Amino acid sequence: MPYLPHTEEDVRRALDTIGVDSIDALFDELPAALRNPDIDIPPAMDETALLAHLRGLAAQDRAQGPDFLGGGMRRHFIPAVTPHLALQSEFVTAYTPYQPEVAQGILQATFEYQTMMSELTGLDVSNASMYDGATATAEAALLAVRQTRRERVLVSRGVHPETRAVLGTYLEALDIRIDTLDLEMLSTPVPSVDADVACVIVQQPNFLGSLEAMGALTNAAHAAGALLVAVVDPFSLALVKPPGAYGADIAVGDGQTLGNPTAYGGPSFGFMVVESGLLRQLPGRLVGQTVDVDGRRAFVLTLQAREQHIRRSKAKSNICSNHQLTALMAAVNLAALGPQGLREAAVGSVRQAHRLADRLLAAGAGIERSVPFFNEFTLRTRRPGHEVRSALAGRGVHAGVPVGSEYGLGNAVVLAATELVREGDIDALVGALEDVGELAGHGVSHD
Amino acid sequence: MTDVPARDFPLLFERSRPGRRAARPPTVDGPDLASLLGEDQLREVPPRLPEVSELDLVRHFTQLAHRQFSIDGNVYPLGSCTMKYNPKVHEEAARLFQDLHPNQAPETAQGTLRLLFELQRDLGALTGMDAVSLQPAAGAHGELTGILMIRAYHRARGEGDRRSVVLVPDGAHGTNPATAAMAGYRVVEVASDARGEVDLAAFTAALGPEVAAVMLTNPNTVGVFETRILEIARRAHEAGAQLYYDGANLNAIVGRVRPGDMGFDVVHLNLHKTFTTPHGGGGPGTGPVGVKAHLAEYLPVPLVVEGNDGFRLSEDLPSSIGRMRSFVGNVGNLIRAYAYIRTLGLEGLRRVSGHAVLNANYLRVRMQQAGYSIPYDRHNMHEFVAQPPEGVHTLDVAKALLDYGMHPMTVYFPLIVKEAMMVEPTETESLETLDAYADALGEILRRAAEDDGYLAGAPYTTPVRRLDEVRAARQPVLRHAFEEGPGSAE
Amino acid sequence: MQTPENLRYTASHEWVSEPVDGVVTIGITDYAQDQLGDVVYVELPDVGAELASGDPVAVVESVKTASDIYAPVSGVVQAVNEALHDAPEAINDGPYEGGWLFRLRLHDAAEPGSLLDAAGYQRAVEKEG
Repeated sequence: MPYLPHTEEDVRRALDTIGVDSIDALFDELPAALRNPDIDIPPAMDETALLAHLRGLAAQDRAQGPDFLGGGMRRHFIPAVTPHLALQSEFVTAYTPYQPEVAQGILQATFEYQTMMSELTGLDVSNASMYDGATATAEAALLAVRQTRRERVLVSRGVHPETRAVLGTYLEALDIRIDTLDLEMLSTPVPSVDADVACVIVQQPNFLGSLEAMGALTNAAHAAGALLVAVVDPFSLALVKPPGAYGADIAVGDGQTLGNPTAYGGPSFGFMVVESGLLRQLPGRLVGQTVDVDGRRAFVLTLQAREQHIRRSKAKSNICSNHQLTALMAAVNLAALGPQGLREAAVGSVRQAHRLADRLLAAGAGIERSVPFFNEFTLRTRRPGHEVRSALAGRGVHAGVPVGSEYGLGNAVVLAATELVREGDIDALVGALEDVGELAGHGVSHD
Repeated sequence: MTDVPARDFPLLFERSRPGRRAARPPTVDGPDLASLLGEDQLREVPPRLPEVSELDLVRHFTQLAHRQFSIDGNVYPLGSCTMKYNPKVHEEAARLFQDLHPNQAPETAQGTLRLLFELQRDLGALTGMDAVSLQPAAGAHGELTGILMIRAYHRARGEGDRRSVVLVPDGAHGTNPATAAMAGYRVVEVASDARGEVDLAAFTAALGPEVAAVMLTNPNTVGVFETRILEIARRAHEAGAQLYYDGANLNAIVGRVRPGDMGFDVVHLNLHKTFTTPHGGGGPGTGPVGVKAHLAEYLPVPLVVEGNDGFRLSEDLPSSIGRMRSFVGNVGNLIRAYAYIRTLGLEGLRRVSGHAVLNANYLRVRMQQAGYSIPYDRHNMHEFVAQPPEGVHTLDVAKALLDYGMHPMTVYFPLIVKEAMMVEPTETESLETLDAYADALGEILRRAAEDDGYLAGAPYTTPVRRLDEVRAARQPVLRHAFEEGPGSAE
Repeated sequence: MQTPENLRYTASHEWVSEPVDGVVTIGITDYAQDQLGDVVYVELPDVGAELASGDPVAVVESVKTASDIYAPVSGVVQAVNEALHDAPEAINDGPYEGGWLFRLRLHDAAEPGSLLDAAGYQRAVEKEG
């Protein structure tokens, strides 16, 4: 039996030491009615059969082909050295670093990660990671509610629909009211914020791809004593003004674009970085620097009294496991790229996205260009977005994240382009859109 | 006392030199950024990311890996963590699916969707539950999902306001009360009896019309089976409460007993424990939930469903509690768990729980022989609680073990046992490894008896020795400060 | 364990000073700080906060624990010990002096009299240990 080392002799020796006749005897205390039910799962496979089976399943996927998918994740350049280092077995098979003397690997790597996230966002303190961008956003709203003791949250419709859905699930349980700010011209208008609002949540770039006026939105929040939560694409922070520069209180988001594979949606990780006044409210694990008895610099999990294993029902969150390994991979990737490499990749991504938009506009596509976008933008379509996506997939092109009717744009999809896009890919997408009748005779919109 | 020079291991930022770099992405020509994005959107101050050569990068993270204990390197019997061997074929399995984008047209993801559908079915079969969601990203996340479903259930019956309390045993893991609070509930603790099980009289007294749910682990956090679970379930249901199963300890009973048969209404599993997806230094985990039919309508969306045209993700569940996370789940780890279940089959999983319980009882006896006491005098299941002799502190023993290249057991949990040591060897350790562990524990006591200062000064040979955790908390330094040197306060 | 005679005590290890112009000073006992270990952080109430006896009012944290402190008597918070922000160890060094937590204007001047005296507190501690 794979992975189980005991021979019959081992089992006998163990049973003798314990003083029982059989393994089943160790389960005697369990009610007989519960023991050994019939469970219908497939029979065991050896390694050869297993891999053949899995390859057969993988063959029913189609990941290859020109890729213009965004909407929460994107395939960016990840050099081979990144998984080579991040997936070393000492990192992969380690537990949470509760015994710091033998966990300086994970602890120091996490301290370096926290530093990099602070640098990228321009805010003071990063935690060690959370599950994903959506749950990190929900936790940020809860933090704002705790900090301000107010019970209402304003969220822009520009925040990813799935993030808003998760926000709703988390906040509904605590009777916290959510109001949604509609977009105008694909971006968030500066709202008037009432004195009962704990935070205003805005995504940058937003779900439709537009770059928001974060400074004005932050001022509006602060004028009412509310916090500004910026849900940011960390990859964009290579080029775009970071939350710290416009005075945001909390930056959250999903870290996948910093260097993890897309893996059909997970695992990725969420990040949360806050200004220093919010440190005591920060959920999740934190690594701090100290010294050992001999004066060596060392790293340790700290400020644990915020967490569930100490504070129990009064903890800042119930979070226990975070997403350490995927956060570590992002840190390795950021170091592998360095500031120059990250900038080059981001510039490449922005240029390819704008090149694509220009090509589509020239072919008669409905794209709004009055609002700047980063590396994703919205294309009006004739047919519903998911139909367009399927039609393109049928022609071997991955493109078209559907835009829901809540945006009031009619039928539309979001397109993305990264530095991995090649000239032939853009030809393929434009050609495919023409083939499926999405570009023929479609007037240029002048909204 | 130490031979090792007290030198600081460099930070990546200390290895940096301006202009150095490692990987090079594809470069793309085109207009300048200000013309594309607008000058006002551009970042003025670049982020101070490390500037290192590829070799320096490799040396840094390779050396960091050498400063880290892991299952692959060291025996790691942490109680309630199930640190079993992580099979390497699972890594190959996950790689086969890793480039799939979650927003791809579902027709192009049929293999992955089929795998997830089958995993939902198999986890339901193993737990005796009627419907499963693979969404939750961790055990605590699964707990919140489960408690929110219970909340929705009571609200639908007009009892949402009245049922405001969740019962947990006094030995419960901290996530249980923290989860209940996040769902808006008040937590009441129920005492355990002298045998380590829930005190039935105290439990019955705590039940009332205000109780929404009871959260239990079985086997419980002292490693013993709640032998009266059927009666506990009956009484809870009679009082109108729902029963929640924390699956952290499933390794003791997988394949042999199903939580659904015990009477539980909701279950979460920790795939990073029982189903050996790697712990990754703190995550990512995965915490799928299973429910009985009466709660299926509240499951989070999306669900993986099968139709005439194949598999797809569906949000068509009007009473769903909503979304718990983005996309469908931690698919990379779900694939690993799937591979594990396919490798072992039912017979294999039964042997897993059998050998897990065998190894735990074996190590218990060996530790007793080595001088440690066992507060609960009965057969334990996959883990057990021990205590050092009077006058010896658990923390010191844990630090001394590090010098033997062995990871300590869980210390100071559960809170109801003084100087607790909670030990879970798992089924993948050989008897020689367990003997060596017990022998080391015995030797530690002998050395402590001979040498007064030995224990308090341990560890001696690890990359760093005991840390000043008070300083770390009083003067938090949570990131590297570039202007000043290392060791300066924020 | 030091247990000054001139103070009043609760079984949950808070001490209350003699009232001066209707204001009392409150802290945690020597026994409590010894049990907690090195204090790393203190969460104090807002000045002006209205407290009923038994209300959670402060949190004292060590590395491995967090202790909730409850108001031993009713009143309005007059002052908090700001020095504890930068030097929480004052609670360990001088729990009855530099480690005071907050001052309260009493609603009922007689209320502290119903708390334990030093001997009563010492008995309560012996029973606990």
